[in-house]
Amino acid sequence: MSAAGVLLTGFLLLGQTADPAAPASGDAALAVAAQEAAAEASMAQGESVDIAGAARALARERGTNADQGGIWIEALWNQVIDPYLPFTVPEWLLVAVTLLLVCALVFGFINVYALFAVWLERKVSAHIQCRLGPMEVGPHGLLQSIADGIKLTAKEDIIPRLADRPLFILAPILVFTGVLMRFVPLPFGQNLTASDLDLGLFFVAAVGSVEVIGVIMAGWASNNKWSLFGTIRTATQMVSYEIPIGIAFVAVIVSAGSMSLQEIVAAQRGWFFHWYVLENPFLTVLSIVYLIASLAECKRAPFDLPEAESELVCGFHTEYSGMRFGLFFLSEYAAMYLVSAVAVVLFFGGWWTGLPFLDDLGMSPTSSPIASLLGFLLKASVFVSKAVFLVFVQVWVRWTLPRVRLDQMMHLCWKVLLPVSLVCLVGSTLWHLACGGSGLYGLPALLGF
Amino acid sequence: MSFSDSIFWVFATTAVVPAFLILFTRSIVRMAFLLLGSLAGFAGLYLQLNAAFLGFTQVMVYIGGILILFLFGVMLTQRSDIPVREKVGPALAVPGFFAGLLLMAALLFIALQNPWKTHPPVPVTEPDTPVIGIKLLSTYILPFEAVSILLLAAMVGATYIARVQAPGAPDGQAELSDSNAEGRLE
Amino acid sequence: MTPGLFQGLQVVLSTLGAEGVPAANAAATVLESSIGLHHYLVVSALVFGIGIMVIIIRRNAIVLLMGLELILNSAGLNFVAFGKYVAADRIDGQMVTLFLIVIAAAEASLALAIILNIFNSLNTIEVDEAKSLKG
Repeated sequence: MSAAGVLLTGFLLLGQTADPAAPASGDAALAVAAQEAAAEASMAQGESVDIAGAARALARERGTNADQGGIWIEALWNQVIDPYLPFTVPEWLLVAVTLLLVCALVFGFINVYALFAVWLERKVSAHIQCRLGPMEVGPHGLLQSIADGIKLTAKEDIIPRLADRPLFILAPILVFTGVLMRFVPLPFGQNLTASDLDLGLFFVAAVGSVEVIGVIMAGWASNNKWSLFGTIRTATQMVSYEIPIGIAFVAVIVSAGSMSLQEIVAAQRGWFFHWYVLENPFLTVLSIVYLIASLAECKRAPFDLPEAESELVCGFHTEYSGMRFGLFFLSEYAAMYLVSAVAVVLFFGGWWTGLPFLDDLGMSPTSSPIASLLGFLLKASVFVSKAVFLVFVQVWVRWTLPRVRLDQMMHLCWKVLLPVSLVCLVGSTLWHLACGGSGLYGLPALLGF
Repeated sequence: MSFSDSIFWVFATTAVVPAFLILFTRSIVRMAFLLLGSLAGFAGLYLQLNAAFLGFTQVMVYIGGILILFLFGVMLTQRSDIPVREKVGPALAVPGFFAGLLLMAALLFIALQNPWKTHPPVPVTEPDTPVIGIKLLSTYILPFEAVSILLLAAMVGATYIARVQAPGAPDGQAELSDSNAEGRLE
Repeated sequence: MTPGLFQGLQVVLSTLGAEGVPAANAAATVLESSIGLHHYLVVSALVFGIGIMVIIIRRNAIVLLMGLELILNSAGLNFVAFGKYVAADRIDGQMVTLFLIVIAAAEASLALAIILNIFNSLNTIEVDEAKSLKG
């Protein structure tokens, strides 16, 4: 099953790159297929597969954006490796190998990140509650997550007798696929993307719904009333909170004039006040709306009603155990990173440090390969650090705020966030028309900079 | 067969096979998930036709909206105290099957017989999305507005039709008054 | 009629990947791609027929709606395919399908509201049972 998934993925990507005339749409299809395949493969082996890695290969193959960022990889291949190989590497093999490599990289990234995030969550919660948290395995419990992961894989995988077996098995795969697919257009740094779709943001918004379907499937297939309650809560919550998120997306799309995540970040270049969070007051409000709604979107406290331990046991994954539960767990942490990374792309300047002299490192065509490599690494690490910081904020919020009630949750979405975001969308658009994108609420332009 | 051709076959299978299986499934929830497969296959075919915007819209509206609505409908209308009456007798199945087959054959005949004046597809050089946006607000402004009003009317109408009726309404169950209280709280 | 039908059969065979069967319409092969308009039309016709079968055979109102969605989808696929292979501007086909999707959403939400109402008054969503005009 996993082999088939890998084959399918490679196949799809090949079809994509083999036809230079094909627009990004083909890319998307391929990427989607690739991700599905990847998720399948991961499930079969009780582990997840990352799609983001594929992005890198694709970006390289297609020689995306004009910026100098990722060129050194291509140069490395073209000038150092390829000429000295004793045989000609067929293009499809090259693409397939890079693709697999990229998949492996992204998969590895998600796994390592998840291990770290679980440890972070436990440590932060412990310190907030004046405890120490895990201390036994490794220094300050750093290796605790690895021990837990091994434990999880070794656990018995139980399928209840009255469960709907095929759906029960399919559900975690679908949830994980829904999360992983959204990693396709996600940048990890400049020109470091699985596939820079021109509809990237739209893709992220659209594919999120696959996760909801997976959750409904899990809850229904479990044949358990707590699961079903959790499912209905999840579906209600996720469908509702998609709307403010979508409106925040639209406002940023209007400002950036593009749906490609790479281009949205590129549009925020310069001083940190060119980041969209400081672009105009409406976008500032929208960034807060997005952060709140994204908490609900990944079912994190204070919006963790779907799995409220004190009410519903565990919500939709009550009946899951072993690696199937692990897949839900992994998708939750992957989704946390995902919404944080999207927030970084949309509002917090992506990979830009906010200081132009640092950002310009290795960006000019004349800069040395070392400088360009350094700049590339700097941007990638800046991006990931920002995203991980937002993950930390999510953890912080979780252990600080109590859970909201169901009616409060719906009230917040439909009567607070939705009107606020609509007003902000209109306001931000008008502001953009009137003042352009000078940043910092237009003050620099006002003062004549 | 090139790669992109093989991808067409993948998506075409995904679109047709689950749709066909709907006919032979008993559980309505399973049918809904089979429909998910079919809709995803159609989204893939749209991507294959260089209509990426449409493909993602399909995912967003059909899978993220309509399918979830169906699943909610199934959950709200399936109760253990009401026996499911699945009356698929031959009196219905046989004529239904042949009616579908006949229409299928007629459509296939037209599709394959008609000398369509096809032209080779124009290679796509730039993304469609800006073009779609401009067309929506120029050539297609009238249908666009009409559809907006239709959507608004449908939304209001659906909310009105499906509203929780006042306690004491015919068939008033005990939970009605509860949910009504909740509604007032909101 | 008969040769035409045979020709049509040949196209079906060639769409199924049978080697050596010449396509009836030369235009079916475009840009060295073996996938042409006919392939999409065949998919759409199959799904349309299945949708009709679902509507006639099944009695559950929600399943009926599913059949309807299949039919709408197959129509939408035709529009996009014709837009790509026949129309002068391929965007036009996409626009029609875009509106189709929106209308399908409106239709589904209204229909489900009605189904819920029927369920509340009749305790069933079998369409055969809803015979009385007075809810």
